[in-house]
Amino acid sequence: MDAGPIIEVTNLTKHYAGRPAVCDVSFTVHRGDIVGLLGPNGAGKSTTMRIVACYIPASSGTVRVAGFDVFSQPDEVRRRIGYMPEHNPLYQEMRVWEYLRFRARLKGLSRKRARERLDIVTEQFGLKGVRRKLIGHLSKGYRQRVGLADALLHEPELLILDEPTLGLDPHQVRSVRQLIKDLAASRTVLISTHILPEAELTCNRVLIMHQGRLLAEGQPEQLRQQLSAGSQVVAEIAAPADVLRGYLEAMPEIESFDIVHADGLFNRCLITPKPGVDLRPVIFHLAKERGWTLRELSRSRFSLEDIYVRVTETQTDEEG
Amino acid sequence: MQVYLTLLRRELGSFLVSWIGYVTIAGAAFLTGLSFVVLLVKLRLETTAMPVTEMFYATPFFWLILLLGTPLITMRLFAQEKFSGTFETLMTTAVGDWQVVLGKFSAALLAYMLMWLPLLGCIVVVRRYVNDPAAVDPRTVAVMFVGILLLGSMFVAIGCFGSALTRNQIVAAMVSFAIGTGLFVLSFLGDRMGLQTGWTAQVFTYLALVDQMQDFAKGIIDTRPVVLCTTATVFFLFLTVRVIESRRWR
Repeated sequence: MDAGPIIEVTNLTKHYAGRPAVCDVSFTVHRGDIVGLLGPNGAGKSTTMRIVACYIPASSGTVRVAGFDVFSQPDEVRRRIGYMPEHNPLYQEMRVWEYLRFRARLKGLSRKRARERLDIVTEQFGLKGVRRKLIGHLSKGYRQRVGLADALLHEPELLILDEPTLGLDPHQVRSVRQLIKDLAASRTVLISTHILPEAELTCNRVLIMHQGRLLAEGQPEQLRQQLSAGSQVVAEIAAPADVLRGYLEAMPEIESFDIVHADGLFNRCLITPKPGVDLRPVIFHLAKERGWTLRELSRSRFSLEDIYVRVTETQTDEEG
Repeated sequence: MQVYLTLLRRELGSFLVSWIGYVTIAGAAFLTGLSFVVLLVKLRLETTAMPVTEMFYATPFFWLILLLGTPLITMRLFAQEKFSGTFETLMTTAVGDWQVVLGKFSAALLAYMLMWLPLLGCIVVVRRYVNDPAAVDPRTVAVMFVGILLLGSMFVAIGCFGSALTRNQIVAAMVSFAIGTGLFVLSFLGDRMGLQTGWTAQVFTYLALVDQMQDFAKGIIDTRPVVLCTTATVFFLFLTVRVIESRRWR
C-alpha cells in the first residue's frame, strides 16, 4: 500500500452563488485514520465531503485523493472511495440484494466478483435476513447498513460517510458506530457529524469546522491538552477561608481563584492555573504540609463539546 | 457498456414496478382501443384505399398518446433521483455523464415502445379478420413502427431534458409536454400563417411532424424526417448532458 496521505486538501474554497460555504480549508488525512469532521449544521462539512467525493467542484484550491486530483482524474478518485451521502438516499422500490447487485455492477465488478462481494457484505452487515425485502420497507437502521454495505462493495481505500448516524435511535447508533469502528481496522474513514460525543467515541483525529473555516484539528486528547491550560482545579479543604486565600494569593502558578463555603469546616476552592501548569500536586502538598484534610481534588476534563464551544466562541469573539 | 446496460436495466425495472408505468401503459392501451373502434366503424361504413396503419394514424388518438405518454414516462428519470438524493450516490460512482443519460434514455425509449404494443395487437386482429392480405402489409406496419420509434426517440429525448432541469416531476412533465406540443403545433403554423412559397414555407414543411408521420403510416420512408428526428434526439440528449454537467460549473 502507498504510504502517502490519502487525502490532501489545500486552500479549498467553495462559493455558492457568491457566498462562501468553505473558506481556505487545508488538511491532510493519513491512511488508517478515522477522522471526524465536526461542526454545526451549515459549517461546510457536507460541501467539503462532496468536493472530496467528486460530486461538485471547488471554486479554488486543490484536493488529491490517493495522489489523484479530484478535478482532473475524478474516475480514479471515485474508484477509490466509498461515499455515503447525508440522509443515505436509496432506491425505495428495489430489494436489498437487487440494489446491492445493481451498485456492484455499476461500480464495474464482474458478475462473479459482484456475487462474492454481495455475500461478504450482506454477512458483514447482518443483512442476510432482509436480502429479499424492499428497501422502502426497512427500518432506518437497516437502511443505514445497506448504505454502508454499498459504500464498501468495491473495497475502497477510503470511506466518506456524511452523518451516518443521523436520525437513528440509540441502539441503532451504537451498532452503526461499532460497524464503522470495525471497518476502520482495514481502511481510512472520513466521517462528519454534529454530534460531538460520537466523534469522541469513534475518531482518532478531529477537524472542527465553523462557518466554512477549519478552526482546530488534532487528536481529541491533544486538543483537550491545548485547552486544558484554562481548565479549573477544584479542591475541597478543611481550612479557614482567609488562611486559604492567603496561601493561594502567594502562589505564582495561579491565575485566579474563588473560595466558597462547602459545609462544616470545608471550603471549596475553584482555581484557574496559569497555562500549562498542573496544580493538583501543589495543592496536595500544601494540604499535607499544613495538616489539612483534603476530601476532593480534581481537574475538570474538557469534553469534545467544551473544546468545540471554546474554539467556536474564540472565533466569534475575534470576529466581534 | 456494463454501466450502460446496468443502468438501462434498473431504469426499465423501476418503470415496470411503478404505478405510473402501468397507468401510462393502460392509458395508451385504452386510447389505442378507442382508435381501433373508430377504425372498425369507418371500415364498416365505406371501403377505402388507405392502408390500415394510415387509418390508425388518421384517428386523433395517435398524437394524444405520443404527447401525453412521453412526459409521463420520462418525468421521473432525473427529477426523482435529484429529489430523493440518489442522484448524488449515482454521480459519485465511476460512471460517465453520457452513460447515465444514454442508459436512462434507452430505458425510457423501451418503455415507450412497450406502450405501443397494443397497436400491434390491433393490427394483428385486423389482419386475421380481413380477407384481403394487402390491407395489412407487414412492410407498411414495420415502417409505421420505425416512424413511431423515430418520433418517440425525439420526444423521449425532450423528456430527458425536461426531467434533468428540475427536481420536481410535475414541472419536468410540464416542460417536456410544452416543448413537445410546441413542436407538434409547428406542423400547422405554416398553413395558418398563409405561407405557401419561399424558404420559410419550406422550413415549416420540414418541421411538420404531422405530415412526416403520415408518410411513415403510408409505408414511405423519407430521409428528411429521419434526419430531423435523429438530429433533434441527439441535440436534446446533448442538452441533457450539459444540464447534468452544469453542477460542475456552479
